[in-house]
Amino acid sequence: MATTAMPPAAPKKVNRVGLEPADYKGNRSTLCAGCGHNAISERIIEACYELGVEPYRVAKLSGIGCSSKSPAYFLRSSHGFNAVHGRMPSVATGTVLANRAIMALGVSGDGDSASIGIGQFVHLMRRNLPCVYIIEDNGCYGLTKGQFSATADLGSKLKTGVVNDLPPIDTCALAIQLGATYVARSFSGDKKQLLALLEGALVHRGTAMLDVISPCVTFNDHEGSTKSYSYVKDHDEPLSDVSFVPYFEDITVEYEPGTSTEIALPDGSRLVLKKLRTDYDPHSKVEALRLLTESHDKGEIVTGLFYIDTERPNFLDLLNVVDEPLATLPESRVRPPQSALNEVMDSLR
Amino acid sequence: MATTHFEVMEAESAPRSSRIVNDLSIQVATINGSGSQTANTVLLRALFQMGIPVSAKNLFPSNIAGLPTWFTIRASRYGYVARKKEIDFLVAMNPETAEEDVLSLEPGAAVVYDEKLNLAKLRGDLAFYPVPFDPLVAAICPDAKLRKLVRNMIYDGVVAKLLGIEVEEIRIGLEKQFKKKAKAAELNWNAARAGYDYAEKSLTKADRFWVERMDKNQGKFLIDGNSACALGAMFGGVTICTWYPITPSSSLAESLIGYMRRYRIDPATKKATFAIVQAEDELAAVGMAIGAGWAGARAMTATSGPGISLMAEFVGLAYYSEVPIVIFDIERVGPSTGLPTRTAQGDILKNAYLSHGDTKHLMLIPSSTEECFSMGVEAFDLAEEFQTPVFVMSDLDLGMNNWMAEPFEYPSKPISRGKVLSVEDLNRLPGFDRYKDVDGDGIAYRTLPGTKHPKASYFTRGSGHDEHAIYSERPEDYVANMDRLARKFETARARLPKPEIREAREAEIGILAYGTTHWAIVESLDQLQREHHLAAGYCRVRAFPFSAEVFTFIRRHRRVYVVEQNRDAQMHRMLRMEVDAADVGKLRSVLHYNGLPVDARSVTDSILRQEVRN
Ligand SMILES: Cc1ncc(C[n+]2csc(CCOP(=O)(O)OP(=O)(O)O)c2C)c(N)n1
Ligand code: SF4
Repeated sequence: MATTAMPPAAPKKVNRVGLEPADYKGNRSTLCAGCGHNAISERIIEACYELGVEPYRVAKLSGIGCSSKSPAYFLRSSHGFNAVHGRMPSVATGTVLANRAIMALGVSGDGDSASIGIGQFVHLMRRNLPCVYIIEDNGCYGLTKGQFSATADLGSKLKTGVVNDLPPIDTCALAIQLGATYVARSFSGDKKQLLALLEGALVHRGTAMLDVISPCVTFNDHEGSTKSYSYVKDHDEPLSDVSFVPYFEDITVEYEPGTSTEIALPDGSRLVLKKLRTDYDPHSKVEALRLLTESHDKGEIVTGLFYIDTERPNFLDLLNVVDEPLATLPESRVRPPQSALNEVMDSLR
Repeated sequence: MATTHFEVMEAESAPRSSRIVNDLSIQVATINGSGSQTANTVLLRALFQMGIPVSAKNLFPSNIAGLPTWFTIRASRYGYVARKKEIDFLVAMNPETAEEDVLSLEPGAAVVYDEKLNLAKLRGDLAFYPVPFDPLVAAICPDAKLRKLVRNMIYDGVVAKLLGIEVEEIRIGLEKQFKKKAKAAELNWNAARAGYDYAEKSLTKADRFWVERMDKNQGKFLIDGNSACALGAMFGGVTICTWYPITPSSSLAESLIGYMRRYRIDPATKKATFAIVQAEDELAAVGMAIGAGWAGARAMTATSGPGISLMAEFVGLAYYSEVPIVIFDIERVGPSTGLPTRTAQGDILKNAYLSHGDTKHLMLIPSSTEECFSMGVEAFDLAEEFQTPVFVMSDLDLGMNNWMAEPFEYPSKPISRGKVLSVEDLNRLPGFDRYKDVDGDGIAYRTLPGTKHPKASYFTRGSGHDEHAIYSERPEDYVANMDRLARKFETARARLPKPEIREAREAEIGILAYGTTHWAIVESLDQLQREHHLAAGYCRVRAFPFSAEVFTFIRRHRRVYVVEQNRDAQMHRMLRMEVDAADVGKLRSVLHYNGLPVDARSVTDSILRQEVRN
């Protein structure tokens, strides 16, 4: 029995839904120490905490690869489905169709999305399925020990000295061209930018595709690789300084007029893009594609929000499904009455 | 010795002059894309409306226009609906195949043909009915462009007159067909009438085939298996269908779209209580269904053999992560593109064990449109009760042809969602372990994503996991999980539809069949009995895993003929894996795999040949 009064415990840090940062964590990562994917998991935890996302509303979906394992390492209280190689997009599509109240958070690798899964990748983009789609892009296949992936740059070298002689697929350019409505590239080492872009993605109402360069420290972090930490750091050219202002925080970001663009997001939050380069309009597909082509030719790695469209209807809008989750509609709404069956049979008599 | 148990009887020999009533097959040979579908459907309907049991087989090529196609109608007062091997009444409209078609007929058959083809010279033992199609159609259809569309209706009129089909029923059939398009109905009716009048004036009956009104079709209707499956799915409460076009399954998804638009739009909001998505391929189709099934929707896809091959990896994932989905497989001839518009039962073995590693799946095997409907409903309950993929194994013959159907029975049981934990359940329970066998039946409890409870979540995967759904490579965990899955499969064995068994007293032989082969068997059983005094028991398998009754049936007979429509005796092999060692030797095969629906005569002949050898 304590005879002396204990000092009051320091109030726990909680977010607007009353959860602590620890509530957004997952199991301990089994990925290599220093792997870019771990840094991305941390940003996801931070973004969900800051936004006050309720974990039960999130479904984590992934394919196969080191990257696709990572959903086990964040948001422990969310449902998760680690599916088959390259097929996360279809599983995510089915999940969203079944329950439109769910926030689908897809995590994939560059091998998973740009090689085996490119078919599903492009079709998800076309449909503008409401979801966040993260490619943890290390230019190689981590889990199968370092082979080139289809996002490896021309001339990039493997540890073994093999040089990549095929041009890379730019997943951002593809996503923009095909109809995704929030397309960005970031770097696992750029905490601030990645966090802001993730937060924007989480409140977006169509496909938010983030290609996050995420060095594989074990197989692709050497001299001669264009996806190594040092190479990406040296060649990273952020398009703008991105800040995310959630709707529930009354913050005004002051920038000199003409130096920044503000984008209103559907829930009332805002993205503020402080220009670092020439005038860039993230509402123009043509500009986005030109930027990507030109910077690629120059050997720059441009990061930032390339394209956003908050107007285009998403896949659920197009399908005109009811507002409630299809998964849990009661029998009375999914089994037509006997009279319907009789009517069909009569028409065939 | 088996040979002493039956004697070959004189085949029923009727004098050639006697009338054959309500027991014939009509074959219309046309060119694909020449617009014969209306004429054929109306002919079928007219016979059906006269109360005569009918069946139809559309034997069509993989082609949009130009290749030969045959439509056969069988009218049988005995109610036989299997394909009849012999053609009694040929309507030869395709110049390219006409000679061959005529040469293959049995003596005594009749041929209605375009006068210009000059077929009568080919044989002297048939009844020939030349018809001047072009002048007849020109007379009733001044617009030359429309002539091609109605020309075929002329043979309906001719055949009606020659066989004694009530011409009024042709008119009613046309009205059904064209519903509100009165003009089209009238034009077609004029063509049929012209054919009828021509036959009345200019043709003399020279064959023995007749039809007469019966009263066998009360309450029945005509429907194809794919529409019946679609209806089953709708009344089974499907909410998500993701598919990729492939013959012969496309019309399943397409008729589902039609029914759902009519009956599953929320009246208040005009929004859909379903989502149907044409996916980019079968990988995506099944992947979407799996995502949806995991998230709690009643989800399905429909495909055929090639699509199933693409789905194989995903189906293994669904088996192992335990996600309910329903896959309608409308089988066609393979391997590869094979004969894409012809029928087979070629996927039964593959689907039973589809994917990699140790997998096995539940299958429902409908024989009729009634079962397409009832099993279509039940498949969704089973998928959710057992949290696993369920295949509904139909085929092109069942799926794409019109069959007479007894009224479908409205589902008598409420929808069963299986073991799904709600927020209240989670509040009450100390914990939740996704892959734990709480009840001893191998079926664990699941939660749906989106359940608002801190204990609800779990992380599922195709990789090794323990009963808490935690990643594990421990040998004990892997074995425990696989053994539980096997237990679940055994639970299903007793729960699935039982075989339909017809005992024959003191029969030494048994016949075992499934799916559409059934219709040839019922007729073959009669042939064996009537013509050869050979009684046989019959077991129609309706599901996999096989229930105990199937093995008892095999045990009770000395020889069991497994009749199926594939080359490699697929179900025979599946049975061999499971029957008692003492019974393995009893199993024989009757195999039919030429792309045409199996007929009774082929089955009977094969059994007799094998019995003689015994
Ligand atoms: C059908 C199939 N083929 C191949 C593999 C083997 N495989 C596992 S992960 C992987 C590549 C993963 O690369 P990536 O998506 O870039 O992820 P990373 O490990 O680099 O994060 C491959 C080829 C598989 N699991 N499934
Ligand atoms: S192998 Fe590469 S990608 Fe995989 S965990 Fe290690 S560092 Fe990360």
